[in-house]
Amino acid sequence: MTRTDLRVIGALGARSVKQTFRRPQLLAPIVVFPSILLAIQTAGAGQAVNLPGFPPVNSFLDFMLAGAMIQSTLLAGNSGGIALAVDIEMGFTDRLLAAPISRFGMVLGRLAGTAALSALAGIWFLVIGLIFGVHINEGVPGAIVMMLLVTLSGLAFGGIGAAVALRTGRASVVQGLFPLVFVILFLSSAFFPQDLLTGPAATIAQYNPLSFIVEGIRDPVISSLTWEVFGKAIASLVLVFAIGIALSSMALRRRIRMGG
Amino acid sequence: MFEGGIHAVAGVDLEVADREIYAFLGPNGAGKTTTVRMLTTLLRPTGGSAQVAGFDVVKDPAGVRRAIGVALQEAALDPLMTGRELIRLQATLHGLSRQEGNLKAEALLERVDLVDAADRQVGTYSGGMRRRLDLASALVHEPRVLFLDEPTTGLDPVSRRTIWEEVEDLNRDGTTVFLTTQYLEEADQLANRVGIIDEGRIVAEDTPGRLKEQIGHPHLEIKLIDGSPEEAEEVVGRFGKPLPRKDGAVLVELEGGAVKVAPVVRALDEAGLGVEALDLVEPTLDDVFLEKTGHHLEPEEPETGEDE
Repeated sequence: MTRTDLRVIGALGARSVKQTFRRPQLLAPIVVFPSILLAIQTAGAGQAVNLPGFPPVNSFLDFMLAGAMIQSTLLAGNSGGIALAVDIEMGFTDRLLAAPISRFGMVLGRLAGTAALSALAGIWFLVIGLIFGVHINEGVPGAIVMMLLVTLSGLAFGGIGAAVALRTGRASVVQGLFPLVFVILFLSSAFFPQDLLTGPAATIAQYNPLSFIVEGIRDPVISSLTWEVFGKAIASLVLVFAIGIALSSMALRRRIRMGG
Repeated sequence: MFEGGIHAVAGVDLEVADREIYAFLGPNGAGKTTTVRMLTTLLRPTGGSAQVAGFDVVKDPAGVRRAIGVALQEAALDPLMTGRELIRLQATLHGLSRQEGNLKAEALLERVDLVDAADRQVGTYSGGMRRRLDLASALVHEPRVLFLDEPTTGLDPVSRRTIWEEVEDLNRDGTTVFLTTQYLEEADQLANRVGIIDEGRIVAEDTPGRLKEQIGHPHLEIKLIDGSPEEAEEVVGRFGKPLPRKDGAVLVELEGGAVKVAPVVRALDEAGLGVEALDLVEPTLDDVFLEKTGHHLEPEEPETGEDE
């Protein structure tokens, strides 16, 4: 990758961040919805920490923070996909495809923006959490690990959103994945400890890559950093990222073949 | 050829000279945009070959993309970006440094008279302003060849005229321009040569003047106030071929064109024939289009026409 390619990816990423801040409907799912859900859940289900099998935590918010962060990055990936589909619909991608740049740079620029937005959202939730009394067991190194995993989550989930956008070229289709995000979330350990899930949900959560990623973000808060949990989170992110990139690449090639 | 065996373009064989303005004239669906998308490497042709600025569109698309500027139909601009941001982004896409991009943005915004609106979001721009910004962004890397796909569709006459003047200036500065249009006046006004395309095929190609000459010379319509039409036809017959009368007016085809009008008037006067009205009717590109395709060219305006 050349220096120019990196500058292009940076410029497209910056555009993507500005675009999100200038279009409230793209920003709301990343910050507002997860914040509201976090507030409702911690206010209304705080006694859940007393359930047998619930991991030892200082507060329910300590447990829920990772769930809110991962919800935010999933929705950031979805919003990034919507924005890319809007670019395709209005012909903006033609501008990029007609320029002498690597054509996949267009996707990487969007992913860079999604990762940056996820990092910003991660900082937002970290600050909110600290203000409302979250205690991070692993301190500053723990917070850094959390931010790293949140940022990489945005990158990984952004790849899936981009693949759907490139394949369909329609913002409404990508937007239609919104409910699916919640299904995936609730079939993981994002909002409930895995030990408290029962039946098929427990089985799915056990293998859901999202559970490994959430545990990686949650571990430094409620427990301690372990290479095993961190490694599983990274491996899950690499898997999701690889799938997203492969599907995006195929969809982009098809789109170019069909004429943009 | 698209999926389903649809040939959007078949039988397009053309060559555009360096520093020429070439207009591709045809109705919606004629194949103009498909041709432009292939020449700008946005669509891979399924057959045939094409070179732009010496680069093969299939074998060296990157070379083509470095040499061309593209302003596509309906100005594909992000409404959330400002004009300045868009040109800076375009500069980055073409490998210019940040400083070069800033300087280019200033110069181009001034060139297309958008300095005052430079830091406003494009969504607040009028149709004419968006077109000018799109044109400016296509010029950021000083392309050798500029592709303009229906650059003035939907614009009011004043905005249209502004774009034409800008295109003429660019051409004077040495840029080769390939434009598509469904406006006869645009092709007539701007183009050194016109290719008429219909149903994916070029049906005629030449300078606007020669195309019009191909279907006949201008003719003079003379309404008499005094004297007989037969006598008038005898007089004007010395200057060209008399045509069948229309609404009582005497018609004569003038092979010499406008320069023969004054001698005709003098001859009629010397013959004692009083002239009430005299009209020199030039053939239009629409006449050419009708002759070549069997139907008139009727531009389709977008439903949301924009004014400044």
